[in-house]
Amino acid sequence: MADGAIPSVIDLRGDVRRRRRERSVRALFFASAVFSIVISVGIILSLAGGTIDFLRKVDLGALITLGRWDPRTNDFNVLAILAGTLQVAAVAMIVATPLGIGSALYLSEFASPRARRFLKPVLETLASVPSVVMGFFALRFITPDLVQRLFPGAEFFNVLGAGIAVGLLVTPLVASVSEDAMHAVPMALREAAFGLGARRPATAVRVVIPAAVSGIAAAMILGISRAIGETMVVAIAAGGTGGTELKFNLLEGTQTMTAAITALATGSDQVRGAGAAYPSLFFVGMLLFALTFVLNAVSERFVRRVRKAY
Amino acid sequence: MAVTQSVRAATAEEVRRAIAGRGRDRKGMIFQLLLLLTLVIAMAVLLALLFEVTRTALPVLRDRGGVVFSNGYSSLPANAGIRHGLIGSLYLMAFVLVIAIPLGVGAAIYMEEYARDTRLTRLINANIRNLAGVPAIVYGIFGLAIFVELFGSVTGPGSTEGKSLLAGGLTISVMVLPIIIITTAEALRAVPRSIREAGFGVGATRWEVIRSHVLPSAAPGILTGSVLSMARALGETAPLIMVGAVTGFLATKGGLLESLQKPFTALPTLIFVYVKKPQQEFQDLASVAILVLMVVILLVNLAAILLRNRYERKW
Repeated sequence: MADGAIPSVIDLRGDVRRRRRERSVRALFFASAVFSIVISVGIILSLAGGTIDFLRKVDLGALITLGRWDPRTNDFNVLAILAGTLQVAAVAMIVATPLGIGSALYLSEFASPRARRFLKPVLETLASVPSVVMGFFALRFITPDLVQRLFPGAEFFNVLGAGIAVGLLVTPLVASVSEDAMHAVPMALREAAFGLGARRPATAVRVVIPAAVSGIAAAMILGISRAIGETMVVAIAAGGTGGTELKFNLLEGTQTMTAAITALATGSDQVRGAGAAYPSLFFVGMLLFALTFVLNAVSERFVRRVRKAY
Repeated sequence: MAVTQSVRAATAEEVRRAIAGRGRDRKGMIFQLLLLLTLVIAMAVLLALLFEVTRTALPVLRDRGGVVFSNGYSSLPANAGIRHGLIGSLYLMAFVLVIAIPLGVGAAIYMEEYARDTRLTRLINANIRNLAGVPAIVYGIFGLAIFVELFGSVTGPGSTEGKSLLAGGLTISVMVLPIIIITTAEALRAVPRSIREAGFGVGATRWEVIRSHVLPSAAPGILTGSVLSMARALGETAPLIMVGAVTGFLATKGGLLESLQKPFTALPTLIFVYVKKPQQEFQDLASVAILVLMVVILLVNLAAILLRNRYERKW
């Protein structure tokens, strides 16, 4: 560029090498972002392949007729393990709903900042307990010291003990999502209630909870989704192997969808071969994936509604 | 002066009492205590769990000492130890560190710093949120279909049938990827625009701004997220069981590279294997493994909390 000449676009573009590096870095980051889509496609394809294989091999009517889920004897009554899953999830939510929402309400409306700094890590630590450890805890503590003491007839492997443990695992999630929702409720609403002479408890119950109800619903749906997908606790403490019939008894053992999958994979419920047993693993996985996908999507809609309102 | 002040104080106290009403809000107190109780229950569960584990683990540690840590898997309870689990878990951490964290941070940087609001961007974003909600065991099925069956000849040729450390490490890495992306994106979002604009203003390119300004400012947040995702990977069991970590064996001869295509195990899968065994000795050994796992995870979490408190910045 000569003295006094007007700089053109080419002069301002800068060093060629610098621009080339810029482009390659961008491409690299783009590739890693797109990789997440590759994973999703991979998940769906890997589930779909086995599912189609399974559906070709079995009589579709047998999937929902009354009977057992037991791949070893070619019994594929999906309703049996679906019922097991829902029972565990129901017990879990009976535990996690009051614990989670109660903790969230306390942290958001009553705790002083100092108490918060101490109490919040308690929930975060509970959230970090690995599920296999919680399964051990269910088997060694919750079932013998709690369930069997209250209900002497309870089996060693039972839905109640496993469900309580799953509920404890889900509690921090329910607490954190509902606390976010309560946090999003504008201060002005609370101040208006205080101005009318309402005390903190009344404000919390009559103002904050109704205002945050979508978020709390989202938290519960997310909790159900997590409870349905929880594997190790039920595989250890609810009687993970040997199939199950369709039954509703919290004091007996049962098999859930997730436990059925692990049992199939570890080989305790099947012999690998040309039969329908092995591909049934993918079919159950597909059901589980679909179920949690729908629940997560619904939950996200509720969360968005909170965001839109405030 | 002193006289008027005491008069005013008395008046203020009277007004306060008149507003608050006679007596205290007993129902309100009970309500508040009930809410506090929920948190106390959460804490009690944690304490009971740690107590139960320590109670059963300590006698084993006292009787057998370091042998528990130096012995591998054995079907004889007196010889069995948790060494392979420890090493296997360390290897898996290496996978997360080398594969998942760079990929996740890279993806987050693209989504936060480069991506415009296009249809593809929105698809990727929704996809990442969705992946974060997929149950761990479904990742296990994915690993089983892709890394074990499809690429079995690469991940674990011969008798391993693809159920190798490589397959396990890749599966775990894929599983924690969305968590890393989401936490990193949050950390990047917290860095104010003005910092980037200052960089652009002095002629820096986008990557230069990211490298020397955005990433250093977001580093504590990214680090916290990465550390927590590693803790998560450390405790995850179900996906590993799906890709074959069910025997409790790990080929440790020759280090990480030699072990890649061989069968593997990890601390949590070892716990599962031991818990399922009928002998009491194995149950107690599981307690030892849990104690080690919990101590590591609690330390990691403590580190993450401290890190967050130390570096939490309000811009």
